[in-house]
Amino acid sequence: MEKITNFFKTFLLYELLKGMSVTGRYMFARKITVQYPEEKTPQSFRFRGLHAQRRYPNGEERCIACKLCEAVCPAMAIKIEVAEREDGSRRTTQYDIDLTKCIFCGFCEESCPVDAIVETRVFEYHGEKRGDLYYTKPMLLAVGDKHEAQIAQDRAADAKYR
Amino acid sequence: MIKIEIDGKLIEAPRGSMVIQAAQQAGVYIPHFCYHKKLSIAASCRMCLVEVEKVPKPLPACATPVADGMKVHTHSEMAVTAQRGVMEFLLINHPLDCPICDQGGECQLQDVAMGYGGGDSRYEEEKRVVAAKDIGELVSTQEMSRCIQCTRCVRFGQEIAGIMELGMAYRSENAQIMSFVNSAVTSELSGNMIDLCPVGALTSKPFRYTARSWELSRRKSVSPHDGLGATLAVHVKNNKVMRVTPVENEAINECWISDKDRFSYEGLNSAERLTKPMIKQGGNWLEVEWQAALEYVVNGLRQVANSAGADQIAALATPHSTLEELALLQKLMRGLGSNNVDFRLRQSDFSADGKQAGAPWLGMPIADLSTRDRLLVVGSFLRKDHPLLAQRIRQAVKKGAQANIVHSSGDDLLMPIANRIVAAPSQLVNTMAQILKAVATEKSAPVDLADVVVSESAQAIARSLISGERSAVLLGNFAQQHPQAAQIAALAQQIAELAGAKFGYLGEAANSVGGYVAGAVPSAQGLNAAQMLATPRKAYVLLNVEPELDMHNPQQAMAAMAAADMVVALSAYKHQAMEYADVLLPIAPFTETSGTFVNTEGRVQSFKGAVKPLGDARPGWKVLRVLGNLLNVSGFDYNTSEVVRDEVLANGDIADKLNNQLTGVAIQASTGVNGLERISDVPIYSTDAVVRRAVALHKTPDAAAPCAMFHTQTLQQLGIAAGDIVKVTQGTGSVVLSAVADDRLPVATARVAAGHAATAPLGAMFGAISVERA
Repeated sequence: MEKITNFFKTFLLYELLKGMSVTGRYMFARKITVQYPEEKTPQSFRFRGLHAQRRYPNGEERCIACKLCEAVCPAMAIKIEVAEREDGSRRTTQYDIDLTKCIFCGFCEESCPVDAIVETRVFEYHGEKRGDLYYTKPMLLAVGDKHEAQIAQDRAADAKYR
Repeated sequence: MIKIEIDGKLIEAPRGSMVIQAAQQAGVYIPHFCYHKKLSIAASCRMCLVEVEKVPKPLPACATPVADGMKVHTHSEMAVTAQRGVMEFLLINHPLDCPICDQGGECQLQDVAMGYGGGDSRYEEEKRVVAAKDIGELVSTQEMSRCIQCTRCVRFGQEIAGIMELGMAYRSENAQIMSFVNSAVTSELSGNMIDLCPVGALTSKPFRYTARSWELSRRKSVSPHDGLGATLAVHVKNNKVMRVTPVENEAINECWISDKDRFSYEGLNSAERLTKPMIKQGGNWLEVEWQAALEYVVNGLRQVANSAGADQIAALATPHSTLEELALLQKLMRGLGSNNVDFRLRQSDFSADGKQAGAPWLGMPIADLSTRDRLLVVGSFLRKDHPLLAQRIRQAVKKGAQANIVHSSGDDLLMPIANRIVAAPSQLVNTMAQILKAVATEKSAPVDLADVVVSESAQAIARSLISGERSAVLLGNFAQQHPQAAQIAALAQQIAELAGAKFGYLGEAANSVGGYVAGAVPSAQGLNAAQMLATPRKAYVLLNVEPELDMHNPQQAMAAMAAADMVVALSAYKHQAMEYADVLLPIAPFTETSGTFVNTEGRVQSFKGAVKPLGDARPGWKVLRVLGNLLNVSGFDYNTSEVVRDEVLANGDIADKLNNQLTGVAIQASTGVNGLERISDVPIYSTDAVVRRAVALHKTPDAAAPCAMFHTQTLQQLGIAAGDIVKVTQGTGSVVLSAVADDRLPVATARVAAGHAATAPLGAMFGAISVERA
């Protein structure tokens, strides 16, 4: 019996028609393609993109150099050096994230006791050389300064789930 | 023994011990802060509350003595509630910002709060703030608000360091730990308070904010400084030593280390480190490759040996070098045909050579020091030369021992002294003879000291020594450096024999015993350290030596160096050798090489390198091994330092090489010195190359610039007032120092520190010295 069905399927192009029916169904269905970069997909406020270092409203950097993010980072992408600033506070002298190592797990953000290191919604960044993606403290602070409004809004939205 | 039950476990505890001790023995952990096994019991933190059956309230385990049939519950509801309550109270005023605290990650309060505290606090009011106080350059009180008033630091000062420099002032909520008005903590053991502090209130100033505990790898090492050989944990990050802490070793350092051991690591990272071999050509220093430098050394030494004879080559090594380095240096020298090798750089009397049955050592295990009941310490700046041995003796005195001191300076030893004789250096032999005569008379033993008149204090010391059951006679660094050291030792030995006491030497440096074991001493036809300089040689090989600071007579040493054709300096640092040396070979300090120290009790302690050598520096034993190969000396095919060590120690047991027995030393009447006599100590932070470059230690009062100290009477005779600037002259050199009155010195003496750049132009550590107003 099976042999007979296979024989008819072979010259009646059954497989072809089956495949084409999928194509046909999608041809008339509602389109989901986004016309990037003119259009963009919606993002969650928990989106984990480019890292940023935040400041307090008075301009003081938040990071207290506790090194918890460095300790928790599973990819060992963070490097921190600490020293005492003239006013006696504990501050970083170096805070680097190697974005080529980073796996965007968000543990750094999770571990930060002062919400200093965060992952923003920014995902459209690039580097022409490998070294371009080695973000230093001024670069991270600049990202933070640029996107502070969005970052603060996202933290506020997430606050009630924490 | 008393039987008690802790958490259902039946255990036996000695009568009088506390529940917490019994629990520890049984392996039951009871949380605590103020309790420390080496300190007295304060019961001030209340963290160790436990439930004892038939007692209505929880009791502090650290202050509750065990009683027969006691049933203790450490995890019952009552105990847990009490512990949680105490924790909540402790955290009321303790800042909860662990991430910025230097103690974070290694904090007892943090750990106990995680294990025994509640998750939440009901306290919403303002926290107490305690202002930071400046208590010196080593201990930071920046975070005093974190203090939980356990008073461990206060008790440490009172009981271990012997001086209460921190205390608790004010009451209740205002209570705070502080030093006396405007005074710093200056104890040579102060760093231990950092370890003792269960929170981050007292932290290490040099280490502050430089690393986190979890980033550091701990590597075991041995202290290279004093003769104790304390067990250290070297904390390393990114191939750099970040700090040093003690490793508990009951037989040696208990759980303490001196500040010298703790903070000297800064010297390892000093900018003065030599990182490339260098040779001098036409008056200029050139950095060269190892090959070129070694060939230069080999050619130079060969040339001297061929033209002037091998005995024109002399080798000096510090007793801070490792056993392997010392052994290879002496083997190299003997292979070249020279017997001139010595490590006893600050010794001046070598007449005991050949009369000594073995290597001079402590004569007993270090731990035995704390069980002595009568002690005679001769010629020792005990507290500064041997901070932890002094601590052992302090514990013995606390238990009722009588400490007797014969010395040329009446320095405060921070312990009650039974009898003290302060005599000028030239009178030390006479003083010892008096004590010997007094002991002999008491014991009615014959002794040939007819013309010695026994003073009352010598008599008192003799009586004190005889009355003990476990007495000891110990010779300090000063006595060993004394120009009549052999006579002092011979007398001390006779005193010890007659009084039934142990006789020992307090080793000056890490390898003061090891140097003898390694054979780094001249045999009969060789020259000793003093002779090598007195009859200048054509070539010198210096191993870790800075002649202007390390030698008994820096003046003579520098003259010899300047006159030499060839000076090869193996050193970890660029130092004054730049002026007179021809080759500098960078060798690794103790953290960067494997090696062995034989401490003053004869304990062989090997250690491994904690970090890689800096730059092109290489372990000293490797450099010497290659030099041996290049000079075609046979038997230099060592692959590891362990092979060298095993060859030196043969079966590993060196007990038969340790012997203080001294025979055939003639006692001569002391010849007085006309005019002023010099008394010199080596300041605690000037003893060796590493500690000389430890920045923080050199900001402490102990490292203050040397001054010339005199008895008030002497000052009057000289017509000088205290505070005047005086010119101190010895031989061809003179230095300008400020005069200080110190009535603890004998009259007609001047105490001028040695081993310091400021006094390096002067001559021998002992002998005549002249002073005039500058």
